[in-house]
Parts: sequence; structure tokens; C-alpha cells
Amino acid sequence: MGIHTALHQVHLDNAAKLVNFSGFCMPLHFGSLLSEHQAVRDSAGLFDISHMSVLDVHGSHATHWLRIMLSNDVAKLDDGKAMYTCLCLESGGVIDDLMVFKLNENHYRLYLDAARREKDLAWMNAHLTRNVEITEVSGNAIIAVQGPDSVNMASAAFGSMGLSRTLTDMPRFTAFADGDWFVARTGYTGEDGLEITLPANQVVDLWKALAAQGAVPAGLGARDTLRLEAGFGLYGQDIDEAHSPAESGLAHTIDINDDDRLFFGRDVLEDHKRFGGQYFQIGLTLAGDGMLRRGAGVQLAGQSIGEITSGSFSPTRASSVGLARVSRKFDGGCDVQVLQNLQPAHITSVPFVPHGLARE
Amino acid sequence: MDIPGDLKFAPSHEWVRVEDDGTITVGISNHAQEQLGDLVFVETPEIDHQCEAEEGIAVVESVKAASDIYAPVAGKITDTNPALADSPELVNSDPYGDGWIFKLAPDEIDDIDNLMNPDDYEAFAEAAE
Repeated sequence: MGIHTALHQVHLDNAAKLVNFSGFCMPLHFGSLLSEHQAVRDSAGLFDISHMSVLDVHGSHATHWLRIMLSNDVAKLDDGKAMYTCLCLESGGVIDDLMVFKLNENHYRLYLDAARREKDLAWMNAHLTRNVEITEVSGNAIIAVQGPDSVNMASAAFGSMGLSRTLTDMPRFTAFADGDWFVARTGYTGEDGLEITLPANQVVDLWKALAAQGAVPAGLGARDTLRLEAGFGLYGQDIDEAHSPAESGLAHTIDINDDDRLFFGRDVLEDHKRFGGQYFQIGLTLAGDGMLRRGAGVQLAGQSIGEITSGSFSPTRASSVGLARVSRKFDGGCDVQVLQNLQPAHITSVPFVPHGLARE
Repeated sequence: MDIPGDLKFAPSHEWVRVEDDGTITVGISNHAQEQLGDLVFVETPEIDHQCEAEEGIAVVESVKAASDIYAPVAGKITDTNPALADSPELVNSDPYGDGWIFKLAPDEIDDIDNLMNPDDYEAFAEAAE
């Protein structure tokens, strides 16, 4: 059921329910999605994210080239800083959303969706210029440890493995490389935490050291409910090639401050950044019981105005929440298709969750 | 999890227990709750609703999907589990006990004989995976 990560046996030992996710055999959960979700909000959860696509961009034109390729502007990054951005077509549609880290002026590292690996590589290779090289980083595993206790646990786990490194005063959205390890204070859950890339033959020891500190193994199911509570989109659901970043809740990834920076999709992205696109992303919660589900129609006074792009249950709010793309702005309430009926739903500000980094 | 010996099963994964007063208690099997994952909502039927056999009369929702629950035999709904509104996870943690979903008074008590016994159901559920 897909490529095994270096943590496969550990997942089996932890009674993971395994599923095929973009060609990788990944844990959906370890017994209870809701418990794993809660562990991340209350303490710390441990995720295998080795399926992610990692690319290194090297060369004297690395900065110049990334400023052409990305919607956000890497020129504003200091060494060691991370930035969230889109990779767009000329049309302004999004090929992928990604995190870019600047190691130095001539070296960047990109983390992209597993499901978009081929598309991303094809696009980037088709538009490569002189003095830039892109290399797929392989031979690694990636772990995310996320939650209010995660960084303390990671410091203790590193210490127990004989690595001394002060993690607690790492600023958020920064990363450092230490030998073959790459440690970033980033995440996809709305909580404080780290994402650690390291050689595959060392990941089992690190996983076990983190679990020994109390980090709870958590699967892709909890990862999805956590990211939705935090208001983060998922490529293929909330974000796609047919819509600009501004039409997918990602206007903040468009940087038009430098008039002289030509980048893919600039014309459309500048227009959408200033005036909005044809569509808008909103957050919705259901008034009553039931679930907002992807694809469900959104209506305003009997008129169809859009659909749910991601819907799920928010354990923190004990109700369903969803992101929707709609063609009209409105206040207050609307109706959403829930199973056989139309149910009332309310616009809710995103992120949905008052806890963790999501509300800082 | 062991299946209590006095239960009968429908192919749609509902279990049935015949009570002393001739009503039946109905829930979903451990196999079914495992497939669904953590439940977040349970929509129980209306009391006094007259159902046909195999009529969809309740819904369980997990994060993953909504799943219909079918009346195992024809009859009238006499009770629903009040704990499920606040604690749908009882269906996951105790599917054959506190996670019961509804009770009904069968039109024909003999209809229960057509359902599977625990061993046949276990074989059936395993083959279905």
C-alpha cells in the first residue's frame, strides 16, 4: 500500500492504521484521531511527515530565480528564516503552496506537497535559468513534533541522544542546519513545534526519544483536523491551479512591494491583491449537529454561491468547521448542504481555534 | 474484542440483542466502529417511528464519513440512547454495551432468526475486509 518510510516498523509496533497517502504508506491514526488531536493541543504529538517533497536550490542566481518563481519575495528573508509562499502559473493559478527556507543567498530549501512532487519538478525544471540547480533531497526522514510542550520535549530528547542544542530560544519560522540534520520551528497544526529533517537511519532513535519524553504518536487524520482548526489550506482541496492565492485565502503570500520584481502570475496576482479576485475564502461553522463536508454547496437566500473546500470536525470547538470558496461576500449566515438537507451555517473568522499559535 | 454470545448480526453490521420484554436493542459491531474511526455525531431515529426491515433510520458520523444504520427487522422504535448526544465516542469504546443506539419492538420476533450468529458474522466481516 505504498512506499514504507523509515518509521514503518515503529508504526506497526504502535498499532497504526496505515493508509496509502500519495504513494506512501502512512499512519492515518494510532487508535483515536480525537485523542491524538487533543494531545497536540494539550501537550505534544509526534508525526511522521517523511512523505514530503524536499528540494534544495543552489547557485549564484538562486535568489534571483526564486524571486521569479514564487509569489512571496525571498529578498526579504535573512539567513535562517522561513517563509510560506505559492508557486504560481502565468495565469496566477497555484501549482503548489510551500515553505521556503533561506540558508544563505545561494542556498534555499523548499518543502512541498508529496502529491505535487512531479508537477512541481516539471514546472521548475521547465523554467530553470543559468547558475541555478535544483536537487531533490533524498535519504532523509522528517518528523514533526507539535504542541505547547513540544520544544521542551525535543530539547530533552536531543539531550538524551547526546546532542546539545538550545531549541527553546529558536525564533519561530527559523531553521538551522546541524550536520545532516535540519531543524525548523515551523508546523501545520497551529501550535508551537519543530519539523526535523534527518538521515533516515537516525529517525527511529529520535522518534523513540521524543516518545519517551511523552510526545504522542499522531496520524494524518489528526493532522487534518488540526490544520483545519488552524485555518491552513490543503492543496487539492482549498488551493488549486484554477484559482489565485487571493481566491484561496492566501493573499498574504503575494508580495508586490517591489514594483520591479517580475514573477509568474504577477499581473493577475497584483490585481487580486489590490482588488480581490472572483472568489473569496470564508470560514463556516454549522449552527447545529452534523458535518460540513468537502463539495457541499453553499447557498445564500436560495442562490448557490460556492462550496465547502475543506470540512471536518473541530474537536476543540466540538462542532464542524469548514473553509469555503464563494463568489460573493456576505455577513452572518448562509445555508450549506448537509447530507439530504440544507442547514444554517455562520461565517466564522479563521483560524477557528482560540488556543495555541492559531490565535496569537 | 469478544462478541457477546447472545447477539445476532445483520450484513450491514448492526447487532441485535433480544431483551426479556421482547424488544430488541440495536447497535453497530466492533468491526464497523473500527472502520468508521472516532464518531463525532450520532443521529438517532424518532421514537414511535414505524420502520421497515433494512430501512435507513439512523446515521453515525465520523470525521471520515457518514454511515447509515439500518433497521435489522421491521418494527416500531421504542427508545434511543440519550448518552450519544454528548458522548458519541461510546459507540467506539463500548459498541456492544453503552454504545447501543436504539431499541425497537419487532413486528415479528421470528424475523431475528434470519440474522447471523456471532461466528458467522465474524467470518463475514473478515471476508469483507
